Amino acid sequence: MKNFGYSINKDRQIDLDKSDQRIALFVKQHEPSINICISCGTCTATCSAGNYTNLNLRKLILSVKRGDIIETKAEISKCMFCGKCLLACPRGVNTRNVILKINQAIEKFSL
Amino acid sequence: MNFHPFVIPFSIGFIVLIFILLYKYFSLFYRLDHQDKSKIYKGVFSLKFFKAIKEVFLESLLHRKIFRVNPLLGYMHTSLAFGWFLIIIGGTVESKVHSHMALKMPYDPVFFNFFNTDLSMYRWANEFNFIMDFLLLIVLSGVCLAFVKRFYSKAFGMKKTSVLKPFDKIALYTLWLIFPLRFFAESFSAGLYNNGGFLTGTAGVFFSSFLPLKNLLVPTWWAYSISLGAFFVALPFSRYMHIPTEIFLIFLRNFGVKTDKIFSSFTELEVLSCPRCGICLDKCQLLKSAEISDTQNVYFLQSLRNKQLNENNTFDCLLCGRCQEFCPVGINLNNIRISQRKHFFPENNNFEYLQPIAIATPKASVIYFAGCMTHLTPTIKLAMTGIFEAAGVDYLFLDKDSSICCGRPLMIAGEYTKANELIEKNKKAIIESGAKTLVTSCPICYKMFNEDYDLNIEVLHHTQYLLQLTEKQIIKINKTNKKVVYHDPCELGRGSGIFNEPRELISHLADISKIKEEKEEALCCGGSLGSVNLSFNKRNNIRKDVLSVLQEGNPDLIITACPLCKKTLQNGANTEVKDIAELVMQNIQNQ
Ligand code: SF4
Ligand code: SF4
Ligand code: SF4
Ligand code: SF4
Repeated sequence: MKNFGYSINKDRQIDLDKSDQRIALFVKQHEPSINICISCGTCTATCSAGNYTNLNLRKLILSVKRGDIIETKAEISKCMFCGKCLLACPRGVNTRNVILKINQAIEKFSL
Repeated sequence: MNFHPFVIPFSIGFIVLIFILLYKYFSLFYRLDHQDKSKIYKGVFSLKFFKAIKEVFLESLLHRKIFRVNPLLGYMHTSLAFGWFLIIIGGTVESKVHSHMALKMPYDPVFFNFFNTDLSMYRWANEFNFIMDFLLLIVLSGVCLAFVKRFYSKAFGMKKTSVLKPFDKIALYTLWLIFPLRFFAESFSAGLYNNGGFLTGTAGVFFSSFLPLKNLLVPTWWAYSISLGAFFVALPFSRYMHIPTEIFLIFLRNFGVKTDKIFSSFTELEVLSCPRCGICLDKCQLLKSAEISDTQNVYFLQSLRNKQLNENNTFDCLLCGRCQEFCPVGINLNNIRISQRKHFFPENNNFEYLQPIAIATPKASVIYFAGCMTHLTPTIKLAMTGIFEAAGVDYLFLDKDSSICCGRPLMIAGEYTKANELIEKNKKAIIESGAKTLVTSCPICYKMFNEDYDLNIEVLHHTQYLLQLTEKQIIKINKTNKKVVYHDPCELGRGSGIFNEPRELISHLADISKIKEEKEEALCCGGSLGSVNLSFNKRNNIRKDVLSVLQEGNPDLIITACPLCKKTLQNGANTEVKDIAELVMQNIQNQ
């Protein structure tokens, strides 16, 4: 295909029939600070794993909220748990616990 | 042979106790792994054996460490343990001196005063009476203190005493009864037969003036024997199991057995050795600053024993190590907690993406590893590179552009198998550089490199490295007239035992003043990655309390040696917070 210097994003609308809220509900219940994330992306800018992969915590949190299990599962496993995002987050999201809770939800619901 | 039916409860209790203990210790030993067992075989026939005996004497009997933390509590434990021990020894010697019969029952010394009423027959009867009475008095004073402590723990400077289970209650109440009953039983005997020492003799005369001693004598000895027997039977199922277990623990520890990140039967031994003294409660900042009162190790170990661990109190501990530092039994509390975290940490991580990545490692004599946290405090990083340049060191900045985490945050969250993949990747790069020295700015990385990387090169935290440069006069620094305080980072201070180097380095730079809680007692800044689920508000409260200690004497500057501490403290301080490296760079003379 011809390279125009830009690409077209996938359709971002949420298909409510496919949105699986189990992880989102589990995390919100056990680490409510996920609710105050403003998707600023500071965490992503500092991310250690982000240097080597396209792990993106901002997007990951969105994926969780949108109920996109496949995306969530593929991305979460790359995290090194280093805690840089925790220190960087301007909102006080308890990011490491959000990550732990996502992992636990994946295990709990055998996703 | 002396006999009376009342010796039966004591004898049964004693036999049951011995059998249960033998069974428990044999099974613990049996489940140790091969390496630990061979350490024990070797240790038994070495000097370590005698060192262990000395330690048992100092800690299990004299309770030296509890004395150091709290003298009154120390006296309580010593009077009970050492006093009882001496009574056993004294009683045995007394009964040996008294008759040379070959067949002695184990209860003979215990009930000596009942069976031997005519004391004119044997030598040193008065001396023995005096000594045994004196010891009884000491033990009784300990019992009184224990009694007072249960109801007014404030008198001991302690905030809260732990909660009891049914077997604990039986053991506790019978323990309280044993010595008062012994006192009454011996006094009644003394009153009837006109013997006894200064305590039981006098009490005997007093009691005989208004009590029908003849009728009371045997029932009292019965009660004494029953209380002993009941205590012995309850002991293995109660908190008092810590008494025999600690002795076993001290021997194994001296032979080199320890708890690593994996739960072993030695760990089980450590868990059982906790007497629930509660010293760890008072040391924990979560209790004081964050209103969390179920995480402290006295409770954590208890829920571990009862197999009722819950995720919250496994994860919210800061792993600051304050409790471990003061634990009189020397239990490796942090590692025990880490060993339990894996039960709540699903093994989802996948670091295969690191495999194809090649880290270029040009040869250098010194490797600098800033660490993730240092990348978030770039002034520290800049100071360090500035100093390397000024000192003309041939160095390699390993994680300059992109860093692979050292693995410690993941490891202490319970995921040590996956952390190993991060370790291997970094380790390979470090070894390939051929460097002789690894310098890091982050105490978390430092501890990890030191303990879990198995590197055959010198590993230094930058405080140590900069002190070396200063002492060898490779860098020259000016002394300012600033008044500063130093905040010990947990992983550097208690975690790695580095207390003096930073202070010495600071003394070349500024006037350092003492603060209330420092060195081994230093407070955690609240930012620790050891805790996974502590909320921001609670972390902030901890920080507020730490800052009030640090800022009490109105210093010009708060100095620390950890990027995480710096970033945490900075957010709430009225005083400027700096890392040592920044201060060195500011005052360096080299061009
Ligand atoms: S903890 Fe995970 S998501 Fe956060 S910065 Fe580190 S690698 Fe990235
Ligand atoms: S830095 Fe905090 S608020 Fe911003 S996207 Fe990340 S988690 Fe959300
Ligand atoms: S863990 Fe140590 S300090 Fe805490 S109650 Fe047990 S023995 Fe005491
Ligand atoms: S390590 Fe620190 S936070 Fe954890 S229980 Fe001990 S004193 Fe409390």
